[in-house]
Amino acid sequence: MKKFAIAVAATVFTASAATAADVDICVEGAYPPFSETTESGDLVGFDIDIANALCEQMGKSCELVKTDWDGIIPALLEDKCDAIIASMSITEERKKQIDFTNKYYNTPAKFIAAADAGLTDTPEGMAGKVVGVQRGTTHHDFMEGVFPDVELKLYGTQDEVYLDLQAGRIDAAMADSVAMNDGFLKTENGEGFAFFGGDYDVPEYHGEGVGIGVRKEDTALKEEFNAAIDAIRASGKYEEIQNEYFDFNVYGS
Amino acid sequence: METLIAFSPLLLQGALVTITLALCSVALAIALGGLGAWAKIAGGWFTRSLATVYTTIVRGVPDLVLMLLIYFGGQRLLNQLVRSFGGEGVDVSPFLAGTVTIGFIFGAYLAETFRGAYLAIPRGQVEAARSLGLGKFSALWTVTLPQLIRHALPGFGNVWLVLVKSTAIVSVIGLEDVVGLADKAAKSTREPFLFFLAVIVVFLAITAVSGALFKWLEKRYSQQVAVEEDAKEDGAKPAGGGALAAAR
Amino acid sequence: MSLICGRPPRTTPDPFFDGWGDSGAALALKHWNLFAHGACTTLELTAFALILGLCIAVPAAMALARGTPGAKWLISGYVYVFRGSPLLVQAYLIYYGLSQFEAVRDSIFWPFLRDAYWCALLAFTLNTGAYTTEILRGAIVNTPKGEIEGAKALGLSRFKTTWLIELPSAFRRALPQYSNEIIFMLHGSVIASVITIQDILGVGRTVNAKYYVAYEGFITAALLYMVLTFMIVIAYRQVERKYLAHLIVGR
Repeated sequence: MKKFAIAVAATVFTASAATAADVDICVEGAYPPFSETTESGDLVGFDIDIANALCEQMGKSCELVKTDWDGIIPALLEDKCDAIIASMSITEERKKQIDFTNKYYNTPAKFIAAADAGLTDTPEGMAGKVVGVQRGTTHHDFMEGVFPDVELKLYGTQDEVYLDLQAGRIDAAMADSVAMNDGFLKTENGEGFAFFGGDYDVPEYHGEGVGIGVRKEDTALKEEFNAAIDAIRASGKYEEIQNEYFDFNVYGS
Repeated sequence: METLIAFSPLLLQGALVTITLALCSVALAIALGGLGAWAKIAGGWFTRSLATVYTTIVRGVPDLVLMLLIYFGGQRLLNQLVRSFGGEGVDVSPFLAGTVTIGFIFGAYLAETFRGAYLAIPRGQVEAARSLGLGKFSALWTVTLPQLIRHALPGFGNVWLVLVKSTAIVSVIGLEDVVGLADKAAKSTREPFLFFLAVIVVFLAITAVSGALFKWLEKRYSQQVAVEEDAKEDGAKPAGGGALAAAR
Repeated sequence: MSLICGRPPRTTPDPFFDGWGDSGAALALKHWNLFAHGACTTLELTAFALILGLCIAVPAAMALARGTPGAKWLISGYVYVFRGSPLLVQAYLIYYGLSQFEAVRDSIFWPFLRDAYWCALLAFTLNTGAYTTEILRGAIVNTPKGEIEGAKALGLSRFKTTWLIELPSAFRRALPQYSNEIIFMLHGSVIASVITIQDILGVGRTVNAKYYVAYEGFITAALLYMVLTFMIVIAYRQVERKYLAHLIVGR
């Protein structure tokens, strides 16, 4: 009973954003392989390792705060955390609200569908098809802009997109190619599904790569992150983390 | 079936969170309901309009919308408030947002229940108690309150049953109650049908147990009441609960 | 895809309001077409669910009040389960649960169950059907004895007694309670947004996500639900005034 009381107290008072850590970092925890939550509730993934490496480099203590994608920018603005490391692309629209560091990786977007679906990635070929995207992402904007005749289905997390793709509720999904390859296609759930069409990296929609989001007034923190990104790239730490997850260069050119 | 057995401790833990959430919410609802009833019975122009605004919001806005508003928007409001007093930013947890939302909603329904129950007590009784020399407080404590409980119990039982079901929505903002945990288990085992069916059984069990408890309580609180009045009571629509009987 | 409201419009802002900034009411105005679609979807789902639910409830309530023990047992089981558990879980069970089975995915129902819209409609219909059954059962059981005796004295058949006397009279008695059911169904329909449907709350979330704001979309949604609720309440009062006129003479 006592144990339960403690558990309940923990549930009620996960309150304080004012944790003892120097920097609280919002992460998503539902976007494998960049950010995922294990069965036991631990956070793992490329974003998580990069976050920890950067904190170590800066000599600061960090606390990871798991936050839904929908609420992640408001969470930063509301001081629930001080930075966002959640595979967030640097776009003009987002820059109206927050500031970004330089990119820490950049990978193209792609379609996936059932391997035998026989779809072509032209606006005509996809017309009338049901495509799932995570709402409020660059992929959401991209699909609306470039594939206007597609029936879009919007999801809160990328994991839910995979669930409905498997259930056959959507014909295809559009998202980051690496996220879909490692987070879905390579897993047993992704059996029978494959990429189709070309790589998409349109600056107008996809921005300038993935950066760390910070509040506009926190320029010092932004510069510290930038210096730390350069430092871990120079020291080989970045490559070490990259090789743990991928067999290619995710930083881009 | 084995999967379900393997996950039963998890579901049990979730059920405890659900029950805790329901109990915290109902405590808040009782407080708000008491205040609301008092405002409607004894309040002046201002408190009565405040109570009307309160009921109007609850009648007009769905629970999930209100909860998301409190969870995401309440944060900003709270932070501004705290900061204007020079404090640090605070965080609204899903549990807190859920408790506040559900307590707020059902407080409005309980206000009606309490008001109806209060009005059902004959005025003469308090007057008689006072003329027997009882103080204002002891008249309230020994004469009004026990009867208030008796009159309010059927309606209160109704509100409780609906409230317990309402807690399910808090899983949408990430609380690991019985619904949230079942959702997780369903996704990792790929057996959603089994787990959501189990959740339905858990809710039916909570409903059945608390239903029996309220029957017993109602019996206890109407022990001294004459039989014919009791019979009349049973047939009557429970105060305030009638409107809620259909809520989900 | 919804039957009447069609596909949700794209999230491009209305150019007329585009210069008005990115916060507060401007967001709602810029995306008025999204919110209009959301309101349409909400009303459509609510209305269809209520109508179909009534189609379940009338025979179910008759059977519950006057049927055989077997039918009574079956129907009270249905009513008990759907009134005793949260609508959210019922919707999850249908949306996520049913699609788990190969047999369902291969069946003729899959073209419907594939679509979140029909899953939501099924869940809502079964749910409101259960509540309405209970409301109607109460009304039927409370039919004044004299009305049935009168029908018998007039030599009406059992069928005619049911359809001409019992049910219309029960409907009248159920009217006040049914107004609550309509409001609760309207409010309950927010569950649709949880399973990807762009109803009022769904578009509210989309707008929030698009502009990275915390509550503008929710406030607009809350106001819309409030307006719809009170419009329904007022419309219902007119209906009640018409059909219950004989009861409010004294007031």
